[in-house]
Amino acid sequence: MLHLPQTLGESLNAFVRQGYPRETCGLLLGVRLGDEHVVSRVRRAHNVNIERAEDRYELDPDDFLSADREARAAGLDIVGIWHSHPDHPARPSATDRDGAWPGWSYLIISVGREGVGEIRSWRLNGGDFEEEEIRT
Amino acid sequence: MTTVTVRIPTPLRPYTQGVDEVRAEGATVAEAIHALGAAYAGLLARVLTPEGEPRQFVNIYLGSRNVRTLQGMTTRVTEGDVISIVPAVAGGAT
Repeated sequence: MLHLPQTLGESLNAFVRQGYPRETCGLLLGVRLGDEHVVSRVRRAHNVNIERAEDRYELDPDDFLSADREARAAGLDIVGIWHSHPDHPARPSATDRDGAWPGWSYLIISVGREGVGEIRSWRLNGGDFEEEEIRT
Repeated sequence: MTTVTVRIPTPLRPYTQGVDEVRAEGATVAEAIHALGAAYAGLLARVLTPEGEPRQFVNIYLGSRNVRTLQGMTTRVTEGDVISIVPAVAGGAT
C-alpha cells in the first residue's frame, strides 16, 4: 500500500499538468512501515530523455542523488518513483517494466489536454508489476 | 588503506541485509566497489559489468560527481569520501 497525503497528490498533479505534453518524473520520499510506503515529500526531477520526452523518461541521476541526500539527512528514504503518462493510461508499459527496480512504488499519473486523469501505483513482483492500493 | 562510505540504494539493499551504507577500503573507486562485492555476495554483478565498468542502468558517484566525468572507475579516493550507487531510473508511456 502507498500512503500519499492529498496535498502531495495535488503537488504531483500540478507538476504533470505543467509538463504536459512531455513526461515528467520525480521521487517519493518517506518511510517504510512493514510493506507499506508512507510518502511525506515529493520531488520533481529533470527528464533527461530530450529526444522522446513525450513518451519516455529518464530521471536525471544528479536529481536522484540530491533527493537521496535530502532523504538520508531527514531520516527518510526514497520509497518510490513517480512519472506521468501523457495521453496514455496510468498503467505500466513494457518500457516501464524493463527499467524498473524492485522495492519501490511506481506511481503513474495519466494526464491529457483536459487535465489529470487517473493515478495508480505499482510495484515490481518478480518480472511483472502488481497494482497497489493508494490511500490518502 | 583508504576507507570510504558506500551508499546503497533501496533496490540493492537485499544484498546488504538491508543496510543503507557500508564502509569499504580501497585506493580507487574500483577497489572500494570490489571490496564491497567481496563482502556481499551477488552485489557486484548488479553494479559492474564483467569488464569492471558500471552497468548500463547504474551510475556511480564520488561525492557529487558521476565517476564517468572523472577518471572513471580508476578515480582515486581519499579518506572519508562517499561513493553513491545511483540506479538509473527510466521508463515511458509506450
